[in-house]
Amino acid sequence: MAGTPQLADPAWAYAPAPESAGIVSIAPEYGLFIDGQFRPAAAGGQLATINPATEEPLARVAEAAQADVDAAVTAATVAFERVWRPMPGAERAKYLYRIARIVQERAREFAVLESLDNGKPIRESRDVDVPLAAAHFFYYAGWADKLEHAGLGPQPRPLGVAGQIIPWNFPLLMAAWKLAPALAAGNTCVLKPAETTPLTALLLAEVCQQAGLPPGVVNVLTGAGATGAALVAHPGVRKIAFTGSTDVGRQIAAAVAGTSTRLTLELGGKAANIVFDDAPMDQAVEGIVNGIFFNQGHVCCAGSRLLVQESVLDEVTDRLRTRLAALRVGDPLDKNTDIGAINSREQLTKICELSDAGEAEGAQRWSPACQLPQRGFWFAPTIFTGVSQSHRIAREEIFGPVLSVLTFRTPDEAVAKANNTPYGLSAGVWTDKGSRVLWLAQRLRAGVVWANTFNKFDPASPFGGYRESGYGREGGRHGLAAYLDA
Amino acid sequence: MPDRGPAKASRAKASPAKAGPAGASEPVPRARLDVRKTYKLFIGGVFPRSESGRSYPVRTPGGDLLAYAAQASRKDARDAVVAARRAVSGWSGATAYNRGQVLYRVAEMLEGRAGQFAAEVAAAEGLTAMAARARVAAAIDRWVWYAGWPDKLAQVAGAVNPVAGPYVNFSLPEPVGVVAVLAPAASSLLGLVSVLAPVIATGNAAVVAASQDRPLPAATLAEVLATSDVPAGVVNLLTGYQAELAPVLAGHQDVDAIDLAGAAPASAADLERLAAGNLKRVLRAQRDSAGPDAAGAAGTEPDWAASPGTSRMLAFTEIKTVWHPAGI
Repeated sequence: MAGTPQLADPAWAYAPAPESAGIVSIAPEYGLFIDGQFRPAAAGGQLATINPATEEPLARVAEAAQADVDAAVTAATVAFERVWRPMPGAERAKYLYRIARIVQERAREFAVLESLDNGKPIRESRDVDVPLAAAHFFYYAGWADKLEHAGLGPQPRPLGVAGQIIPWNFPLLMAAWKLAPALAAGNTCVLKPAETTPLTALLLAEVCQQAGLPPGVVNVLTGAGATGAALVAHPGVRKIAFTGSTDVGRQIAAAVAGTSTRLTLELGGKAANIVFDDAPMDQAVEGIVNGIFFNQGHVCCAGSRLLVQESVLDEVTDRLRTRLAALRVGDPLDKNTDIGAINSREQLTKICELSDAGEAEGAQRWSPACQLPQRGFWFAPTIFTGVSQSHRIAREEIFGPVLSVLTFRTPDEAVAKANNTPYGLSAGVWTDKGSRVLWLAQRLRAGVVWANTFNKFDPASPFGGYRESGYGREGGRHGLAAYLDA
Repeated sequence: MPDRGPAKASRAKASPAKAGPAGASEPVPRARLDVRKTYKLFIGGVFPRSESGRSYPVRTPGGDLLAYAAQASRKDARDAVVAARRAVSGWSGATAYNRGQVLYRVAEMLEGRAGQFAAEVAAAEGLTAMAARARVAAAIDRWVWYAGWPDKLAQVAGAVNPVAGPYVNFSLPEPVGVVAVLAPAASSLLGLVSVLAPVIATGNAAVVAASQDRPLPAATLAEVLATSDVPAGVVNLLTGYQAELAPVLAGHQDVDAIDLAGAAPASAADLERLAAGNLKRVLRAQRDSAGPDAAGAAGTEPDWAASPGTSRMLAFTEIKTVWHPAGI
C-alpha cells in the first residue's frame, strides 16, 4: 500500500544524533602542569594521543622524565609546606568547591573531550563520568574543614606529597577520585594520567588555574610507565595512590617495601554477578548488560562472570541475546551509542586473545550481528556460554565487552564459585528475597556488593577491593583515611 | 656460657635437699622434685612438637638457660596457615557478642595464671617481680579492652552512606582472613597481646611467630587460649627462628595480611616485598625510641603500655559496601 512505511523503508533508517566535537578546542600540543604553569618536558619528550574511534591524532603531550618528576615533587613539597598545609581547612574547602563548580560549568567540554580521547559513548561521559567527577570535588570540599570529625583520630594530619597514578578507563573521574580527598585532607598532588588518555587531566589542570588554586598544589605529569615508576620511586613522595592492573600494583607494592611511603591500590577484578531464579528478570537483564557492557567493559568492577541459577539459564541467555541485538555500537559522540571504541590497539589485542582462548577452551561464543566501523578499535559485545571455572575467560580480567556465563544450583555453590578468584573488588546479586540478599552480601568476598543493581557509584560510597583487587578505599569518610595520619 | 641447667622460672621454690650422713636404713629427706614443662607449638588447637623434631635453648637476658622451646619449621608454619584458614569461616561467622564473650573468657584465664605469667615474663625480660606483675596486669587489661570491641567496631568503623539516589547504602568492616603476626621481640607478653588481640577481636585467624628469644610466655598463652573456648585454629602460635619462619608467612599465598611488629629491622623490606606477591595487607613496624624496651632485644619497640586506639584492628579489616535499591 502506497504511503505506508515498511520497516525496511528508508524513512525508518537509523538517524544518528552526534554531539559536536567543536564544543571543545584541542591544542596541537600540551605541556606538563608543574607549579601552576604549563611547560614542556625538560628533555623535550612527547607522546601522541589519538582518538581510538578513528585512529586520528588528537594532540601531542609532553612525556615527563626524571627531571620533570623532580620539579613537580619539589613544587608540590613547597606548596605543601608553605601554602596548603598551613591554610585553614575552610579555605581549602572553598578552592575545592570552586573546582567542582567550574567542572560543572565546563561539563560539555569535559564530556566531549573524554569521549574523543577515551572512546567511551558521550552518553556515559556526559551522564556518569563528568557529573560524578564534579560531585567528588563537591563532596570532599565539605570534609576539608571537618577532618577532626571523620572518626580517624582527634588531630588527623596530612601526609605530604601524594603521587597519584590513574588508568585510562575513567580518566577524569579517576583524577577526581584521587585529587579531591587528597586535597581536602591537606596534601598536595602529583597526578600521572594514563598514557592514552591525558587530555581531560590537562583540562582539569586548567580548571585548577581558573579556580586560583595556589601553584604546586596540583601538578599533572603526562607520560607512560617510566614516568609513573619515577614518581613511585621518588623519595619526596609520602603517599602513592594507584589505580590500574594487579600486576603493576604488585610492582608498586614491592617498590615501596621498606620505606615509609603509604600506599593504596585499586586493581583488577573478575566480579561475579549472581542471578537467582526468583530475580526480577527485566531489571536483572538490564543490570547484567550494564554490569559488563558499560564503558565497553573497561571497568575494574565489571560483572564479567555471570552466575545464573540453572533453572533460568535459558530464559536469561535468551533475553540477553535479544537485548544485545538492540545495543548500538559505534561513534562515541553519537548520543544513541551504547558501546563505543576500545581504548587502544593494545587493549583490543588483549580482548581478542582472551576471547580466542575462550573458544579454544570449549566455551560457546555469541555476538549479535553488528556492523563495526572500518577504522578505529572495535569489539562487538560478546557472550560466552558453557564456561567452566578453569577457563581463562572465567579467571582472567578481560577488560572488554565480554561476558562469561556459568551456572549454579544452590546458594552455597553460588558463593563458592563467586569467591573462587584471587580478586575481590565487586559482586552482584539478583533475587527478590531480602534475607537471601543479606546472606549473600555477608559471604561474598568483595569490597562492593550491588544487590538488585550494578555499577552504581557515589562520592559518599567507599569503593575498593579485597584480596588481589588491592587495598584502601576511595570515596566516603573511609576514603579520607588514605590521605591522613591519624 | 655453658648450660647450667634450667633456671627457675616458676614460683615454686624448692629448698635444696640437705645432704648429710644418714643411717643405712633411714631415707634422706628430700624436697619434692618439680615437674618441668615441655614448651610446644600450638597449631589447630593441639600442642605438637615441631614436625622437624628440633628445639632450641631459651635463655634469660643474663644468659641462664630457662628451657628448650620447639623450633618450628617451615612445614609447621604452612600447617599453621592451613589450620588458620579452616578456622576463619567459623570464627568470622560467629556473632560479635559470642566473640566478645570468648575473648573475655581468655582474660579470665589469664588472670588465673597471672602469677605464672609474672614469673615467666620476669625471667624472659629480666625484670623485677614487681615490674613483671605490672606488665602482666597491663596485658590482661589490654585483653579485656579488646574483648569489648567485637560488637562495637562495626558501629564505629561502619557507615550508612547518603548516596544521591534511591538506594540504601552501608559500609561495614569485615575480617581480612588469615593474618600472620610477627610478635614483638622484646615485650614477651604485653607486646604479644597488643598485636594478637586486635587480630582475633576483628574475626580473623592468626598465625603468630612468637618472640624468638623470649617465647615462653607465648607458649603459656597458648595454653590459656586452648582452655578459653577459642575455637581450634583461630590462634596458632609458633616458636622458633624468625629468619626461618617469617619469609614463609610473608610469601604464603593463603595469608591475607601480615603484621611486621616484631620483624628484625634488617629483614622488614624483604618481607614486605614477599608480601607483595599476593598483595597482602602489611602493617609495618612502628619503632619508637622512647619506648620502655628501647634497650631490649628489638632495639626499639613502641611503648606497648600506651593506649592502642583502633588502628591495629582497622589494619586487618576490609570495608565492604552494600547497595540496594529502595522502591516498590
